[in-house]
Order: sequence, then C-alpha cells, then structure tokens
Amino acid sequence: MRLSYPTNIKIVKVPCTGRVDVLTMLKAFEAGADGVCVAGCLEGECHFLKGNLRARKRVMYLKQLLQELGIEPERAAIYNLSSAQGQRFAQIAQDMTDIIRALGPTPVKG
Amino acid sequence: MIVGNRKSLEEILELVKPYKKILLLGCRECITVCAAGGEREVGVLASELKIARKKEGGDIEIKEFTLERQCDVEYIDQIKPFIDEYEAVVSMACGAGINYTADCFPKKIVLPAINTTFMGVSTEQGVWSERCQGCGECILHLTGGVCPVARCAKSIFNGPCGGSANGVCEVNKDTDCAWQLIIDRLKGQGKLENYEKIIDIKDWSSARDGGPRTRIREDLRLN
Amino acid sequence: MKTKSNIERLLEAGKFVVTSECGPPRGADAEVIRKKGALLKGVVDAVNVTDNQTSIVRMSSLSACLILKEMGIDPIWQVVCRDRNRIAIQSDILGAAALGINNILCLSGDHQSFGDNPKAKNVYDIDSTQLIGAVKQLRDDGKFLGGDDVKEGRPNLFIGAAENPFGDPFEIRAMRLGKKVRAGCEFIQTQGIYNLEKFAKWMEMVRDLGLHEKCAILAGVIPLKSAGMAKYMKSSVPGMDIPDELIDRLKGVPKEKQGEEGIKICVEQIQRVKEIPGVRGVHVMAIEWEEKVAEIVKAAGLSPRPE
Repeated sequence: MRLSYPTNIKIVKVPCTGRVDVLTMLKAFEAGADGVCVAGCLEGECHFLKGNLRARKRVMYLKQLLQELGIEPERAAIYNLSSAQGQRFAQIAQDMTDIIRALGPTPVKG
Repeated sequence: MIVGNRKSLEEILELVKPYKKILLLGCRECITVCAAGGEREVGVLASELKIARKKEGGDIEIKEFTLERQCDVEYIDQIKPFIDEYEAVVSMACGAGINYTADCFPKKIVLPAINTTFMGVSTEQGVWSERCQGCGECILHLTGGVCPVARCAKSIFNGPCGGSANGVCEVNKDTDCAWQLIIDRLKGQGKLENYEKIIDIKDWSSARDGGPRTRIREDLRLN
Repeated sequence: MKTKSNIERLLEAGKFVVTSECGPPRGADAEVIRKKGALLKGVVDAVNVTDNQTSIVRMSSLSACLILKEMGIDPIWQVVCRDRNRIAIQSDILGAAALGINNILCLSGDHQSFGDNPKAKNVYDIDSTQLIGAVKQLRDDGKFLGGDDVKEGRPNLFIGAAENPFGDPFEIRAMRLGKKVRAGCEFIQTQGIYNLEKFAKWMEMVRDLGLHEKCAILAGVIPLKSAGMAKYMKSSVPGMDIPDELIDRLKGVPKEKQGEEGIKICVEQIQRVKEIPGVRGVHVMAIEWEEKVAEIVKAAGLSPRPE
C-alpha cells in the first residue's frame, strides 16, 4: 500500500494493548513526549478477550492524571482498528499529530 | 485490609514544594492491595511529580522505594543507610505506616501522601467497602456477622432506625442498611430470636474512646 | 401514676389524647416559642419540642420546653442520641426533671449529613432503645448508667419514643416496638401516617404482640399544605409513605385551595385512625403551620380537651 504517516511518531510494540500500563504511558510524558496514542484491536476482537477494553480504561485514568497535572487530556488517546486497516492507521496517526500540533509541545522538558 | 486513598496531586505538590530531593516510600501491605500506595502507585506519583516540576522548569530527585511493611521496624530499618540523603520522606503507607516511619526517624520530615479511610474488604476488583471500626469488643455473633458499628451510619445497636427504606440507608442510597442486612441474615439462619434481644449499652472504653490502644503478648517479647 | 405528666394522667383516665409539636427557632428569640405556644395552649394535651430536627441547629429543645412550661403547657422534651453522650444525656435528664419537664421522647435523631453541619462528628454513644432504658433506670431504679445511686431526687419523666410503621423491613417494625416497650417505653408517637392500610396492618401486628396494652400508641399525622409538599415528602423524607391517590386528590383542587384540602384529608385520617383498636391518641405535626392545629383538632371532633 506504501502509505505514509507522520515521522514524528515513535512506535512501541506490545503483544496486546492489555499490556499497556498507566505508568508506561506516564513515563512517555515524563520523557517529553507530547502525546500518547494507543492503537488497540477492534472492540470485541481482542485475542485475549478484554485487553483492549482494559487499555481503554487505563487511558481514561491517564487522562485524569494529566488533568490533575494541568496537561490537556486530549494528548492521550486510544483508537481501535484491525491489522488490515493500514489506511485507518495512517489516518489516525495524521489526526493525532494534528491534534497535538494544535496543542503545541507540553511544558515538560525531557 | 486497611484502605486508603491517595491525596490529590495538588495537595502533594504543595507538601513537597520546599524540597528537591525526596524519598517516596511505598508499602507492600494493605495499601498495595487497595491500589493506593504500592510500588506501582509510587511509580505513578514519582512520574507525576517529575512531570509537574519539569512543567515549571524545575526538577526533583525522587528515590522510589517500597518496603514490605512500614509498620515494622525491621523493614523500616532498610531505609536507614540512605534516608539522610533526602530532604524529606513522602510516605504512601496507611496512617500507621506514616506515623511509624516518622517515629523511627524523628528528625526527618515525613509527609503523608495517603488519606487512610477504613478497614474493609474488596467487594469486587476496584471496589472497597468498610467492614470494621476496631471497637475492641466484637458483637458479630449477635448480629449475623454484620457489624452495626461500622456499617450503620448511626452505629445503632437496636436498629433499624426509621430511615431504612428498601434495604438502603437514608444517608446514602448506595449504602445498604446494615440492620436490613442483619435481619435478612438472622432470618436466613433461622435465628430471628436474636433480634428480639435488646443489645445493651456498649462499653466504648475498648474502642478509641478509651485512649490510644496497645496490645502486648509477653510471651513474644524479647526483653 | 408515676409522673406529673398531663398525658400520662389523661391516658390513665382512658381519654383519647392529642399532642402536637413546636419546632424551636433558628435564633435566640423566645417570643417565637411563645407565639407558637399560644396557638397550641388548651388546644392539645402536650406539645413536643423537637431537638435540632433534620440536624439543623436550632434553639435548644430543653430551653424551648421551659418557655412552654412557663406558659402552662405540658411539653414533651425530644432528645436525640446524635449530639450527646451518656454523660451529657443523664445530666440533661436530671436538669429537665428539675425544671419540671414531665415527658421525654427518646430518639436516635436524623443523621447530620441532612443538616447545616454535615462536617460534624456524631456521637451515638447509645441508641434510642438504650436511651429509653437509661431514663427508666434513673427513674425507677435510681441508678446512673455507671452504677452509682441517684441522690437527691430521681427524674420523674413519662417515657416516650417514636416508631416508623413504614420503615423497612416492615415485618420487624412491631417487633422493634416490642424492644422499646421492654426497655421501658410508655408511649409512642408514630411517623406521619398517610398509608392507612399499612398502618392498620402494623397495628394488627402490634396488637398480636399485646404491645398496645403496655404502651400508648399515638398515631402521627402531618397536614399537607400542597401537592408540592406531598411530592417532596414522598421523594425526600426517609421512611415517608404517601399514596399517589392522596397526591392526586390535592392536585385535583386549585393551588390556593390545596391547603384547605390538606386539612380535610388530615381530619379524615384522624377520624379513621381513631377507630383502629389500640390507638390511644393522635400526634398532629403541623410543620410551621401551628395556627391550623386548633382547626384540625376541632374539625376532628376532639375539642374541647378534657381538663
């Protein structure tokens, strides 16, 4: 397909979004990342049954922590897509980058 | 277990304002199980504090350390070698642990990061609920295993009061009426005659009202 | 007769008694009590004085009782367990008796979260049933709760309590009254009754246990000022059971006539509860509507009151 997506995104691979912990995402912000986006499988299609649903709850909790820190909660997001949706992935990457660009860098210096 | 709630970030930031180097001290006992002050929450708070400081262009050095227990001197001793390298200790233990860390290092500033709330159980993952107030004189054998001291908003011994409706307490519609639970339990056990007994006025001297309490087992003492 | 209580005397004489209540003001003006007292004097046999009801700070119940007493009214001193421990309560019992108060109503009290000081610490050292026992022990055995003898005068109080026939679980409500009676309760004022069927059922349970013979049951009634008040009480007052047809009946008349209709309903309720075996009086709670009590009592055929 040779789709392109913004180069400023760093991919961290995990076996399942269920592996993504609040602390993992928070550490990204601490290191200076301007946003964190979790890309999970479609809801109802998790190989481990509920990994993506748990990840969603954790992202919501992370948003609360960001709010407490005075950092825009929009900087954290979770999307659901299947591995066959390359087009959608590129679109999400672009959308997320646009959102973060509009917000500007976080005041946290890594 | 003892259940607690982490203080808000705003409050903790205010407490650590004067300090650049802190020891963030978790506990692996109850406060870990109720997901308020274990290793993981120590990590999250440390990260939050660092982010908050960085946002203001400042910095903070945090040593994350989680003890097996903050209520036993053997474990607290583990921080002895390095505690003096830090300006203050922020404890994420329950109130007992925070007190004891402060007791063991009287010169050190020990700051609480947890509001300790109650002794309770986990009724489902992520939900905790109060069960005991440590009154020092258990009467659960009279009340079908449901404690009116801890679970009735008025701690009444001959309930239910007039505010019990549809099994729910008048104070909070999400709280079961303890006396409804007691009566249902006694009925289910065929022991409703227990309800007929007037429970006598309680001796509160065994509770906190009698002053701070100590328990001694002479046979276990070393000297 | 154990005490100088007017209602104890009338009950012993087999009379159907009528009581009402007076809520103390949220200030120190004694005139407020005197005005309310003037509306009730001679109209009813005794007047309850509420003790920081709904946990809102008001003039002390005991002070207001004394003001009524000085007007020649027989007050019923309400005491809640929420605000005082056994030391304060025993001391107040002696004080009340010394001031000539003849009746006490033992209550657990509304939880402080309903009032104007939700951040307060509550006491509940003892509960209402235990309070009944405490008064009886001071009066009949001359013993303090700590075991010492009462010297220089036992407090001669006629002992009452409240019971809510509509609280849950319904099946034990009469049994719970039984506990209060065994503790020493001599009269009961019930929660406001609107659901007469349920009240009649409760009275049946009370009679089955023979409690009506050991304790005088005074049926509580609260005149409704409007359909709005009825709806509010139904949804917001714990343990209040108001059938929809009553609300509909109020709604059926124009707003300015709803008060009048409410009084009519109240009078009918009094006449119906009076016929229920075991009911020995009524307690008319006209909340901030004391001026209507005389009208209600008269319309119910209960005026004039016996000497």
